[in-house]
Amino acid sequence: MYIVKHRKIFYIISSVLVLSSIFAIVFWGLKPSIDFAGGSLLDISFDQNKPTSEEVGKVLNNLNFKDASVRSSGEGFILRLKEISQAEKDSIMSGLSLDGKYSPVEKTFSTVGPILGQEAIQKSFVSIILVLLAIVLFIAFAFRKVSEPVSSWIYGLVTVLALLHDVLVPAGVFAILGHFYGFEVDTLFVTALLVILGFSVHDTIVVFDRIRENLHKNESYGSKKNFETIVGESINETFIRSVNTSVTVLLAILVLYIFGPQTISNFTLALLIGIFIGTYSSIFIGSTLLVTVNNLRRSKNRV
Amino acid sequence: MAKYKFWAIIIVAAGIALGFFVWNSQQPDSQHKFKLGLDLSGGAHLVYKADTSQIQGGDISSAMQSLKDVIERRINIFGVSEPIVQVEQGGVFGTTNTEQRLIVELPGVTDINQAIKSIGATPVLEFKLLSKDAQDKIKAGVASKDVLGTPGVFIDTGLTGRMLQNANIQFDQNLGNKPIIGLKFNNEGSDLFAKITKENVGAVLGIFLDGKLIEAPSIREQITGGQAVITGDFTSDSAKQIVRDLNYGALPMPINLVSTETIGATLGDQAVTASVKAGMYAFLVVALFLMAWYRFKGLVAVLALAIYTTINLVLFQLIPVTLTAAGIAGFILSIGMAVDANILIFERTKEELKRGKSKNDALKEGFHRAWSSIRDSNSSSIITAIILYYFASTPVIKGFALVFLIGVLVSMFSAVTASRTILFAVSKEEK
Repeated sequence: MYIVKHRKIFYIISSVLVLSSIFAIVFWGLKPSIDFAGGSLLDISFDQNKPTSEEVGKVLNNLNFKDASVRSSGEGFILRLKEISQAEKDSIMSGLSLDGKYSPVEKTFSTVGPILGQEAIQKSFVSIILVLLAIVLFIAFAFRKVSEPVSSWIYGLVTVLALLHDVLVPAGVFAILGHFYGFEVDTLFVTALLVILGFSVHDTIVVFDRIRENLHKNESYGSKKNFETIVGESINETFIRSVNTSVTVLLAILVLYIFGPQTISNFTLALLIGIFIGTYSSIFIGSTLLVTVNNLRRSKNRV
Repeated sequence: MAKYKFWAIIIVAAGIALGFFVWNSQQPDSQHKFKLGLDLSGGAHLVYKADTSQIQGGDISSAMQSLKDVIERRINIFGVSEPIVQVEQGGVFGTTNTEQRLIVELPGVTDINQAIKSIGATPVLEFKLLSKDAQDKIKAGVASKDVLGTPGVFIDTGLTGRMLQNANIQFDQNLGNKPIIGLKFNNEGSDLFAKITKENVGAVLGIFLDGKLIEAPSIREQITGGQAVITGDFTSDSAKQIVRDLNYGALPMPINLVSTETIGATLGDQAVTASVKAGMYAFLVVALFLMAWYRFKGLVAVLALAIYTTINLVLFQLIPVTLTAAGIAGFILSIGMAVDANILIFERTKEELKRGKSKNDALKEGFHRAWSSIRDSNSSSIITAIILYYFASTPVIKGFALVFLIGVLVSMFSAVTASRTILFAVSKEEK
């Protein structure tokens, strides 16, 4: 019962998190990778000695790639440039050997045309919106038998509110990381958001399922518990399960973050943040919002 | 309970058999090895935009299909194992007016320039007649054979490589096994060839490849049957190349490269090692957690999970699913969801036990009650995976969505079969 009774505390925590995330996104923005912005990315490692950033910058300048960004990456550099051709890339590679002083090795080279980037942005938005819509519809359908006291559409809408919360927070964190450490968002990041959506709904549904069952029991046993009590009990009953599941998933992702391939470390980081937040919201926000909506409705009826 | 024991043994035995299959298929000569995506195997990813402006509306999809076929065959020749060539529509919702694209994936190819050259080459074979004027001059001795090289002396006949049925390499015994190129025309080509040779006996027929004169034999008699040979000055390699280009024809439309990506092989190797390591550690950590929290039941869950993992791996091999780093992440995530099914059941069983039910009743009730949560929550994951799969803008995301989808489906299945049966089978002993 503690959670439902003190729901205002959690609303405040969440509001602070969401507002600061929105603030970060609006003021600093998310740094789009070439997946979205178009351009070329060249990841180079060096066999033995590695040139300094200044040397790399000089080479690029001499070759007339003025607006290139150079980022050091352990054994080499990641260069981000406007769209370049294969031949231009080869000229950079040979330029970087500085007459045999270094031996650069091309790890990855990717080029994305501006149209493809635009399209990737559109597709990402469309898929997020579609997932949200599909989830509202699905929940409204799956919970169609509960209409008292809160209609199944409210369950769907509340879930989506909780989901927005779960997506905004990791996006905000990436806006901050992007501003201070140059983290970029790519199509994998969008995938991470979608997985977070899926997982968070999964979690929320488990609690809702328990509310559904307890409402049903309450009705058939003829006991007169109010909605608030039922929701509170349902949260308590599913609490250990929610925490245990999240702990297992978070453990798995943490392992993936530490030992997994470098290429997906940003992806797993986004998942870590999102799934943590998603668990929090499904316990502390989703179901409690149901109670709030119900109270609002009742007070309106009274007037 | 004897029934459950029987089935539990069958399930465990099947799990072991499947595990053996996975293990065995990692031999170098197995045909069921895991298919690795470009980010794990290294290779090149190219996106071409097709210029469909010359093609009438309804034909676009068939033209794209033939473009795909031509390019597929060209790639097959330079020995890339398991290339992927896909047609894709641009735009968010596919309509007929959207951009048509061709996606080419070449595992193991890191020298992308070579690949681009081979894919983009457009061989054109033409047969042209030497003009009467030039012919007379040569005959009269006014001009030497060099005049053949000057532009404009040849006249188009309309006979081109488009009308070839096939070309092949032959070796001419009379010329000391010199390689020559045999041509066979299709019906249209045969008729035209017969007509040209009939009407122009004695004339010189120039054979041009990519605008270059290869050979200029004189027509001795009408040739019916649509067969011809080119006895140019070929090496065996150059002949092979020409035959290849002739057979696979010109591209039906021009294409432009709009996006490329190459991943070095070492990077791919590192990613594989890291993914496998991470996967094993993740499994271990999850197993330890489950056993610490649920003790004996946790052990059963770990066994069920091992079976779950094996079923997934077998499906990845048999379907086959192309595994990428993101796909492996999706798999590990789906392990999390599979664990969730078990946790839901165990927690529910615990509750029922607290209410004073017998062990078996509690288990039955636990499964029964947990099922609606498992069903509904997994359904929403399935919806997400399907939307992701259809709207994926990169193969990386597609791979992720597919693996995730399979993982969730299998987890629903294994929760109700493997976990359930094994738990019921051992619950007697535990008492």
